[in-house]
Amino acid sequence: MRKKWHRFKNSYFLYSFKRDWIAVASFVVFITLVFVSLASPVLAPYDPYDSSSIDVMDAEIPPSWMEGGEERFLFGTDIQGRDLLSTMFYGMRLSVFIGCGAVLLQAFIGILIGMISGYLGGKVDAFLMRIADVQLSFSTMMVAIIISAIFQVAFGVGRYEELAAPLLIIIIGLAEWPQYARTVRASVLGEKSKEYVEAARVIGLSPRRIRWRHILPNALSPVLVISTIQVANAVMSEAALSFLGLGMPITKPSLGSLINAGFEYIFSGSWWITLFPGILLVIFVLVVNLLGDWLRDVMNPKLYKG
Amino acid sequence: MFAFAVRRITQAIVVMLVISLIGFAIKHEIGDPVRDIVGVSVSVAEREALRDKLGLNDPFIMQYARFVKDALHGDLGHSFFFKKPALDVITAKAPATLELVFVSSLIIIFVSIPIGIYTAINPKNWFSRLTMGVSIVGVSIPVFLTAIILIYIFAVELHWLPSYGRGQTINIYGWESGFFTLDGLKHLILPSIALSSIMLPLFIRLIRSEMMEVLETEYVKFAWAKGLSKYRIWLLHAFKNTLLPVITVGGVQLGILIAFTILTETVFQWQGMGFMFLEAVERSDTALLVAYLIVVGALFVVVNTIVDIIYGLVNPTVRITGRK
Repeated sequence: MRKKWHRFKNSYFLYSFKRDWIAVASFVVFITLVFVSLASPVLAPYDPYDSSSIDVMDAEIPPSWMEGGEERFLFGTDIQGRDLLSTMFYGMRLSVFIGCGAVLLQAFIGILIGMISGYLGGKVDAFLMRIADVQLSFSTMMVAIIISAIFQVAFGVGRYEELAAPLLIIIIGLAEWPQYARTVRASVLGEKSKEYVEAARVIGLSPRRIRWRHILPNALSPVLVISTIQVANAVMSEAALSFLGLGMPITKPSLGSLINAGFEYIFSGSWWITLFPGILLVIFVLVVNLLGDWLRDVMNPKLYKG
Repeated sequence: MFAFAVRRITQAIVVMLVISLIGFAIKHEIGDPVRDIVGVSVSVAEREALRDKLGLNDPFIMQYARFVKDALHGDLGHSFFFKKPALDVITAKAPATLELVFVSSLIIIFVSIPIGIYTAINPKNWFSRLTMGVSIVGVSIPVFLTAIILIYIFAVELHWLPSYGRGQTINIYGWESGFFTLDGLKHLILPSIALSSIMLPLFIRLIRSEMMEVLETEYVKFAWAKGLSKYRIWLLHAFKNTLLPVITVGGVQLGILIAFTILTETVFQWQGMGFMFLEAVERSDTALLVAYLIVVGALFVVVNTIVDIIYGLVNPTVRITGRK
């Protein structure tokens, strides 16, 4: 354990990280945001899901530093009288949770398909990659919107809202797997012809073992790189779907549905309900993107950048 | 080349068949045409008779074949809400979306090319650094947030521009256009800026990196050695070769703009196809939803196929593998 830590301390990875102040700053912000969102039940001053603590009379109170603002509500309240700060914390927790879940699902589908397609090659490969190509050409946003629209019509609005969080994970996962499949396939193709694979085959290991225990671990580093950017994409997709009313309901708002709810009141001057969740969303996506950019520069694999 | 084009077009047809199969499956599983036709007070027996008459009890394959045949004749079903053929509803809404996409593409082209070239020529300049920084932030701002901020600043606070709708339109041979009235043009400004904001950072970066690569090549160095004027080298020799990848990526990305019109149109209550699609989802108007899926799918497939074929024309290496 200590040896590993020592090796990590002297690695190029950590060295380049410490030299790049943008990467350090975004990492700090990222960790803070994730911590805040995970600890939101403890940190948030109010519980936005607890309807007994919400008073509609408190609705649309401006942030505390403005005229008419109250000490109790630092960033003001939303249209239902919930403390905006607490609701944002809970909303970000949902966004992060859905984003990470969706990325895990995409990675699972993508790695499986990329692996099969890269290792087997031939007709199977051509067929699977064709599907990925076609789906990518439709843009992930379009596919996600269409799948969620179909789900909503199929389940009915009420049932869809109940199941929104797991459904969103499935929707975004299904919409974005081709990115992973292509990356994994490209890197499997590169690994397949290397000597250690040949050696493993000569020893007489089963193809299955070669595939999962030998090739896959070596093919994973580009996957890690795209994973960061995919988390940002998934959070963005979730926000967009929620904004369209195809995502989280307003009773359990994510950042996207908060922005949507606030938008209806922007004409009466209640800009804070939209702006603060919006800023939080942009900061989160921005730091994840910056970290992803940095990671790509360090690992420098030749990646397909779509 | 001919074989390549044929292969491309065959693939496009296969994709269209798959899309239509998905569309039909949705209609078959979720939509109920009997509900769309009759009211609540019709008895079960009458409903069954109607089902038989409409051929809803036929095998799946037969119904699908009929669906494709109708679709080829331009009949994509009847909208439950509008009480009109779905295709008519869509063609009535299409001009709004297409005008929005058109104006946004113009903005993207005329803003990203000069900035892209400039930042490639002067990579160390403060303006270029600023542009690169802003473009990373720009990628991270969702299009609906840009749209909301624009509305808040220019419509709510400053009262300069209208915040929603298309304004006054003029009917030109059945095409409802907002291009020819001052009001219509004013309504176009904010939505098209919001829509183009999603692609601008990407295009600027693309043009910049391609241009920087070209500026390093031998023939550009040769042109410098020959003593050509710098503008001639930049704009005529270097830029021409940047255009090829930009056009191919651009063609596909412009198709993707259609996906983002759904978001932009929702914010601005723009009466286009995207807005109509979301309304159809809310009203469970399956026929209209499926028709939208097929029309937009066809649009994507046509754009992508044309882009691929053009790419095959100018870059012969792709024809061999038939892959992008």
